[in-house]
Amino acid sequence: MTFPVPYCSFVAGVICQLGMKPEASIVELTLDSKLKNVEVAEEAARSVSAKAGFDEETEFHVEMAVHEAVINAIYHGNKEDPRKKVHIKFLVTEEAIEIHVRDEGKGFDPSTLPDPLARENLLNISGRGIFLVRKFMDEFRVANFPGGGTEVIMVKHLTSRIPSNQGGTGREHEGDSTSG
Amino acid sequence: MSMKATVRQVDSVTVVDVSGRITMGEACKQLREVIRGELAKGHKNLLLNLADVTYIDSSGIGELVSAYTAVSNQGGQLKLLNLTKKVHDLLQITKLYTVFDVHNDEAGAIGSFKTA
Repeated sequence: MTFPVPYCSFVAGVICQLGMKPEASIVELTLDSKLKNVEVAEEAARSVSAKAGFDEETEFHVEMAVHEAVINAIYHGNKEDPRKKVHIKFLVTEEAIEIHVRDEGKGFDPSTLPDPLARENLLNISGRGIFLVRKFMDEFRVANFPGGGTEVIMVKHLTSRIPSNQGGTGREHEGDSTSG
Repeated sequence: MSMKATVRQVDSVTVVDVSGRITMGEACKQLREVIRGELAKGHKNLLLNLADVTYIDSSGIGELVSAYTAVSNQGGQLKLLNLTKKVHDLLQITKLYTVFDVHNDEAGAIGSFKTA
């Protein structure tokens, strides 16, 4: 599976790079730390998921996980600092889609996050973002870099892929444009 | 697509028709201002019609919780109407479905305020 360069044509006002290696298709985006750029990441997640062959519900789950991880990177990681970027990488293989979202912030420890399902936290206003990422993806891990920056790595296995003879049907998102 | 919230009065209930994306940033702020504005007017029976909400994120869910708490703290009631499947599923996953009083038809929802 390959992804053509125009894949990134919807990206406006952001730096977009595309690279490939034989064993995996790779799409990379670098975004400014602006909340409006979250929609660019969502659009990329939708496109990559659709091309990978996920069903529509799983496609939404991947999109939502990317949305939450990127919001986390822009708002909590980079604190909307215009000098800092968010780096996103999608790796698609025959078995899975692996997504890396890296910020340039001070890092966080996911084990310290409160459980949003605990009775005492149920009515908390915040604290559900990483929970949803974990819920929607099959694997989740966080790497903190010594020089600064945190990378969220999430994996979705291609178990809910649409059979190839049904691919491309009923996908209302395909072909949508994004204002960025 | 940004969020829009339109307010109308049905009997003693203030119905807020919400459409678009309820996500972190302007949309959440806008929804908060609408709810606080209605409370300031003394409107304490609020029904949020979410039929045309295309997307909600964790911040949007938090905003619904915030609205619920704000209304409850003033002795009012906030209920939800016409959840899309995505919003329904998210409320289930976050265990908030049992917190909110959720309705599928407006007349029934309006009536439930009268009997509450």
